[in-house]
Amino acid sequence: MANKVVVIGEMRDGEFRNVSFEAIAAAKQIAPDGEIVGALLGSGVKDRADQLFHYGASRVVVVDHDKLKNYTPEGYTQAAMALVDQEEPDAVIMGHTSLGRDLSAKLAARMEAGLVSDAVGIEMDGEDPVFTRPIYSGKAFEKVKSKDGVVFATIRPNNIPAQEADTSKSGSVETVDVAIADLQTIIKDVVKNTATGVDLSEASVIVAGGRGLKSEENFKMLDELADLLGGAVGASRGACDAEYCDYALQIGQTGKVVTPDLYIAVGLSGAIQHVAGMSNSKVIVALNKDPEAEIFQMADYGIVGDLFDTLPKLIEEFKKVVV
Amino acid sequence: MNIYVIMKRTFDTEEKIQLENGQISEDGAEFIINPYDEYAIEEAIQLRDEHGGEVTLVTVGDEEAEKQLRTGLAMGGDKAVLIEDEDVEDGDTYSTERILAGYFADKEVDMILGGNVAVDGGSGQVGPRLAERLGMVHVTSVVSVSVDGTTVSIEKDVEGDQEFIELQLPVLLTAQQGLNEPRYPSLPGIMKAKKKPLEELDLDDLDLDEDDVGGKTERVEIYLPPPKAAGKILEGEVDEQVTELVSLLKNEAKVI
Repeated sequence: MANKVVVIGEMRDGEFRNVSFEAIAAAKQIAPDGEIVGALLGSGVKDRADQLFHYGASRVVVVDHDKLKNYTPEGYTQAAMALVDQEEPDAVIMGHTSLGRDLSAKLAARMEAGLVSDAVGIEMDGEDPVFTRPIYSGKAFEKVKSKDGVVFATIRPNNIPAQEADTSKSGSVETVDVAIADLQTIIKDVVKNTATGVDLSEASVIVAGGRGLKSEENFKMLDELADLLGGAVGASRGACDAEYCDYALQIGQTGKVVTPDLYIAVGLSGAIQHVAGMSNSKVIVALNKDPEAEIFQMADYGIVGDLFDTLPKLIEEFKKVVV
Repeated sequence: MNIYVIMKRTFDTEEKIQLENGQISEDGAEFIINPYDEYAIEEAIQLRDEHGGEVTLVTVGDEEAEKQLRTGLAMGGDKAVLIEDEDVEDGDTYSTERILAGYFADKEVDMILGGNVAVDGGSGQVGPRLAERLGMVHVTSVVSVSVDGTTVSIEKDVEGDQEFIELQLPVLLTAQQGLNEPRYPSLPGIMKAKKKPLEELDLDDLDLDEDDVGGKTERVEIYLPPPKAAGKILEGEVDEQVTELVSLLKNEAKVI
């Protein structure tokens, strides 16, 4: 059993990503009686770090540095390595996000360690955590454990529930001073595109469109439904290839693999590559005019009909129940 | 420019996955170049055509991967290297990183390109791990690359947002969808590819011992997800179906 786990938290637009709290829950599974060190790297983040206590961190350490304003692999690796050297943890856990994927790989490489990425579940085999992770985009699953060294893992958002926040929990946030060498990576600009403000990989509701939407303009109909449900918009490859939307929205074997609570598939047929990316959604709804569409074979609920008729009615109906 | 592409042979994305004796069955399965690696190959060819130099395709795998290397050569790669790893115990991303680092140890590199993720293992680790070991700067998930002298300007996809980054060669980049449209090998390309150099190496050639490159992780089990039970196709007029659906989502599935 691990005695000490470092959880590297992540912020986006000044707020913690929920997966950071889920990672703390994962750490608690690995070290139920151990020390959970919440770590935060960034610039001007110290005041927010105490939130990690609310979700179960027993200590919180921060590296607050100008050079950590934006994520760069070099800058963050230097800061995180300083923390790992100081804490000497048995395990390091972070979210399976753009940042987490990158940083965990660099840390594991530097520590001569393995890394179990994209874990969706954890069980203990005696002292060893065994992680479940999807392979072949969810067409199969494997259970993997580290053989030796520090255990590194990234946790897929929306799979391991975070514990309820307890705002009465607090502690003093420790600051770690790290000298960060000049960065070669210069970030010139960052353009925010996430229209609904809900990231696809973390969304609990996804409204995904396919070729059946027939145009870029029609595709925008999905925004309204996603907004209404506090969700994000996704797409099939067909819709991206037809330029109805950006490739960043693509869900599938090439594209994102998602696990929302509710997946509403609008006008998409359910090609095997797409299904691979969404088949583990908890509840799947399909709207399609073709009763033979493969998506119906995996949908929990299906409506066969013209989506240009169904979708507006569905939006109106949702408006009645969603406050 | 000396451009290297690290690529992987993977299952065709259309393949259904079947298990046999607790392993993924490869019987009769089609294999392809990992789709994200195709973007890397295409980008490497375009950069070479613009700036001169040479594109070398490198893969770690078994002899079957020669076919995918030849396909990459037919697209326009100049030469290929197959590093055989059949004897590696519990090979994982650590193993691949070490083997590739062994290969690159004595190479003059301007750029290494690879896919952002492989569609089989799905970890996306090999690129950043290799960069770390080689002491190179790297950027993952790139959707645009331009080179001016030694300055590289990059657009990176960060979960839908875009970052514009500048750095200096040498650099390791991983390709995201949208970077380019990979070309199909032409018939003359396929004919030429047969004559292009393809070097086969093993661990000895790289001064590596099997023990050095054994995996740091171990697969305990592999299984298929349970088949999903048939769902409910709603009936009646559209208005009724829509009302019923929302009610079911609220009261039965409890997801809204």
